[in-house]
Order: sequence, then structure tokens, then C-alpha cells
Amino acid sequence: MTSETGSQVVVVGAGPAGLAAALAAARALRAAHGAKRAAGQGGVVLVDAAPWPGGQIWRARRGVVHSAAEQTLAALAGLEVRVLPASRVVGALPHRTLLVDGPEGARRLRWNRLVLAGGARERLLPFPGWTLPGVFGAGGLQALAKGGWPVAGRRVLVAGTGPLLLAAAATLRREGAQLAGVVDEAGLGAHLRFAPALLAHPGKALDAGRLALALGGVRFRRGWRVVAAEGCGRVERVRLAPVSGRGAGPVGSAREIVVECDALAAGWGLLPDTGLAQMLGCALAPNLGASAVVVDAAQRTSVADVFAAGEATGVAGARAAALQGDIAGTTAAQDLIDQWAAGALREPHDAHESGARRGAGPAAARAPRRAAAAARRELARERRFAAAVARTFVPPADLAARLEPDTLVCRCEDVPWSALASQPDLRSAKLATRCGMGHCQGRLCHGALSAITGSQPLAPHLPLMPVALGALLAIDDDGPVSDPSLEPKK
Amino acid sequence: MKVAKLEAAAFDEGIDVQIDGRALRVPPGTLVAAALELDREGAGTRRAPRGQHRQAFCGMGVCGECRVVIDGRAHRLGCQVPCAPGMEIRRDE
Repeated sequence: MTSETGSQVVVVGAGPAGLAAALAAARALRAAHGAKRAAGQGGVVLVDAAPWPGGQIWRARRGVVHSAAEQTLAALAGLEVRVLPASRVVGALPHRTLLVDGPEGARRLRWNRLVLAGGARERLLPFPGWTLPGVFGAGGLQALAKGGWPVAGRRVLVAGTGPLLLAAAATLRREGAQLAGVVDEAGLGAHLRFAPALLAHPGKALDAGRLALALGGVRFRRGWRVVAAEGCGRVERVRLAPVSGRGAGPVGSAREIVVECDALAAGWGLLPDTGLAQMLGCALAPNLGASAVVVDAAQRTSVADVFAAGEATGVAGARAAALQGDIAGTTAAQDLIDQWAAGALREPHDAHESGARRGAGPAAARAPRRAAAAARRELARERRFAAAVARTFVPPADLAARLEPDTLVCRCEDVPWSALASQPDLRSAKLATRCGMGHCQGRLCHGALSAITGSQPLAPHLPLMPVALGALLAIDDDGPVSDPSLEPKK
Repeated sequence: MKVAKLEAAAFDEGIDVQIDGRALRVPPGTLVAAALELDREGAGTRRAPRGQHRQAFCGMGVCGECRVVIDGRAHRLGCQVPCAPGMEIRRDE
């Protein structure tokens, strides 16, 4: 049996964007409702896949919620916000309903306004040996270490590209790891060209300085890349080569070096998580180096009543995410308030079918414009910095040349590159080789194949992630269940 | 506001779980994926189709390499589930 709940504003993701959106929406709704706050109206629901709120950047350490997340959670106390932790959105159903799989099983969650704040995931790329135990994503091992994965005393090599490598390395060192080095594909020249952007953002320069301090004495290699992870049953050493000179010479060439280590943490920046947005029909476009959800200045997506904020709209960091979340939550709530004021809250309709956007209402125009303008300026600054990051730390363009024929591209089904190289597109690859039919549902391997071949990613389908069959049965329970809180107010 | 916050705080001295039938005490806030590594270093979680051992990889609920049976429920992601008192974790499905 599936339970069903409804809410005026549903926020997906409890990182910086989602927390800010939930707070802004709850505050706006409370201010509007005043004393006659409609009890049982549903208020705001915050759905999050992780056991503890905070997203990746404010990830809890050993179950202790990050202070920045804790701050927002404290502000949320007393407001009409319900947090659903450990709950994954499995898909978008018709009639403004999400299918959510959580500790109490599957539930259908109805929304009137939806804020997508699902963040980003790490760009994980295949290379020879990447399936060996002891190889992790860079942010991946960072996250695991915060969850108690023992890294103390282990020699860890951090590689890939981007500023997150430094953050991951700093966390790992704090947890007791011996850093065997930090290897960034961006060369010294790229780093030097990046310097002005850093200096133009004193806050970021300070962050970088702190990281540099935390990583004192660590061997940095700029302009180097991972060739292969090797070892018997688990990673024992990593071969590195210079990036420059296209292809960096033959395998085993004199320029290669070998680093002995117990673990390799490798990541190539972040990819906006757009699956749910795509399922809802939201338009995507390239933004800051990856395909992201398109939003306007009020964080509206191309689908009516669906908003997006944070990394899903382009990877621009925690501060930008929080600013966007604030705007999205405010606009979403204001939308509802304007509709209630006009007595025009209609029967909830299918988001898939409604294309028309509503303009900001008169109340929105009265909103404190100066604060909003300041937030937009700050957001623009953050995005300029993000653009410099995206220009500097680019994912490799020669991925195919880095793979061996027997390199497994699909980890779930063990599909080697040799079986995939001749496939014309991802659909054929999936049908012919099962690449993308395993547990990850293509989220890893199809992302990698798109990066290798430039082929078009397949549209996501329900379920977005594997669930028990019982959860899928919930889809067919019936049509929309009547929920008084979402009916038109008279 | 309701949030399942820090059940961990109640178990300062550690959380007792079972891994493949063996008892293990882990610090509060330990993920199942981490507990598996604490139990037996490098033992991993599953065997891939060609027989290779695998263990947690992405750490963020994307790749599914860390999936195990938790309290009888198959295909749970060890990197997304914190250890809870009395939890029974099994590697083989």
C-alpha cells in the first residue's frame, strides 16, 4: 500500500540550494498566511536522498550535521517544513506527483510548486584499472571517509581535475590519510591563467589559501594524468603520464611515472544532476561546461510551476546554490500567494501538459527589490568565477585513446571498451551489450560513453534508480488521489 | 519540523551490527559501506559478472557497487545507509 502526501511546495535535495529554498518558501508562506495559516496545507516538504541533510558540500561527518546545514535547519524549526531524509525520488508521475522511495517504503508526493535542487554528481571516467578495489571517485572517497571509511595511515593518491581535488585531499588528510600526491590534468599554464579569477574573488582566494595550508608538503603534479591503476586484487600503484603532447606517448614510455599507493581517488569535476528535470520535461542547455537545467532569473524552468536551483542549473558552487535556492523558494511561494490572493488557485493540473509560464505577480514586484538586486549581483559574480573554473579544469577530450580494449566501461555488466567502440549510439550499445542495463541504469557508463564518443545521452525513464517492485506498483494505484490541501481555495 | 537527526548521539559507545553473521561494533555515524571495510579490509561488497571483487566506488549513491542486503532487503546502497543498532548486513545476495 502506498501512502500519499501532498504539499504546497516540494523541494528535492537538502544541500545549500534546497535548504535555502525550503527556508525561503516556508517563511514567505508563513508571512502570507499570518494567523490564519491554513493548518494541514502541507507547507513545505524537503526530500533528500541522504540520511543526513547538507548535500555533498555540507555533508555530515560521522553523523554530525555540518554547521552550515545545521544553521538552516535551526531556522526551519518552527516553520511548517517537513524533512524526508533517506528518501530518493524515483520518478515524476502525472498529476504533479513524485514517486519517492524512503524508509517507510514508497510514497506518492503531490506538489503544487516544485523546486529541483538535486545538485550535481561527480564526473567519473573510465581508465584501465578503475574497477579495482581501492579506486574511488575523489569526492567519493571524501564522502566515504566522512562516513567512517578507514583512510588513516593509508597512502592515497588524488587525481583528475578541478578544485574539488584539493577539498577532497584536505578532508582525507584530516582523516589521517597519507597523501601520495595530488595530480591535476590542468597544467601550470592553465593554473596561472586562472590566478586573476582567484584574485578577483577574495573569498575564494582565502579558501584556496586555507586549502594550500592544509595541504602543505603534499606533492602536486599539474599537467599530469592517470594512465592506469594496477595491482593484484586491489590497487597497489598508479601509472601517471604528462597530459601535454597529445596522448602523452606510448604506454610504458620513459615519461611515465609510477606512484605506489593503497587508494586512488579520481574525479573530473561535477555534472549537474538533471534526470528528474528531464523526466518532467524541463529544457536543458550547456552551461558552465555541462548540460544543465535552463532557468530564468526567477529560477523558473521551462515547465510551469517547476523551479530549479543550485548545481542542477550549472555547477557554480555552494554560495551560488544558496542564492538561487533563496530566489526559487521565494518565487515559488509568492506564486502560490498571488494565486490565492486572486482566488485563482485552480485544480492542480498536469505539469507535463501546461506550457504557459506565469509572470511574477504584483506582490513579487513589491518584494524587497534592493536585496534581490544585490543577490543577483552576487550570483553573477559567483557564476563568473564558475566560468573561469570551467575554462581551467576541463575534462579530457582524448578519452578513447586512454582506454585499453579490455577496459570495462560498464562496471555493472562488465562490458569492455572493445565491445562498445563499434556501437553507433547509446541505444544500440545498450541493446547489444547490456551497457546501461545494470544497477546504475547508465548513470555511470552512459555518461562515460557520451564523454568518449560524443553520442547523445538517452532520456531518463522511470524508475530513475532501482527500487523494489512494490514501489513501482504504487504508480498504478489510481489516478490523482483527492488531497484537500491542494484543491482550489474558496 | 521533523528530521531523523543523529540517532547516533544516543549510542556514543558504538553501534553493534552483524556483518555476514559476525558481530562488529562501529563508531556512531558509520555508513554501512564503511562498516564492511572495517569488518574485512578490501573484502568488498559483491562480485562482478566476470568474478572481480568490487567495493564502494562513487560514495554518493550513483554506481551501486556498494549494494548489500540490509535487514533482509536486497540491493540497499551501503554508502547511503548509516549503521543502526542490531542491523544485519550481508554481502552475498
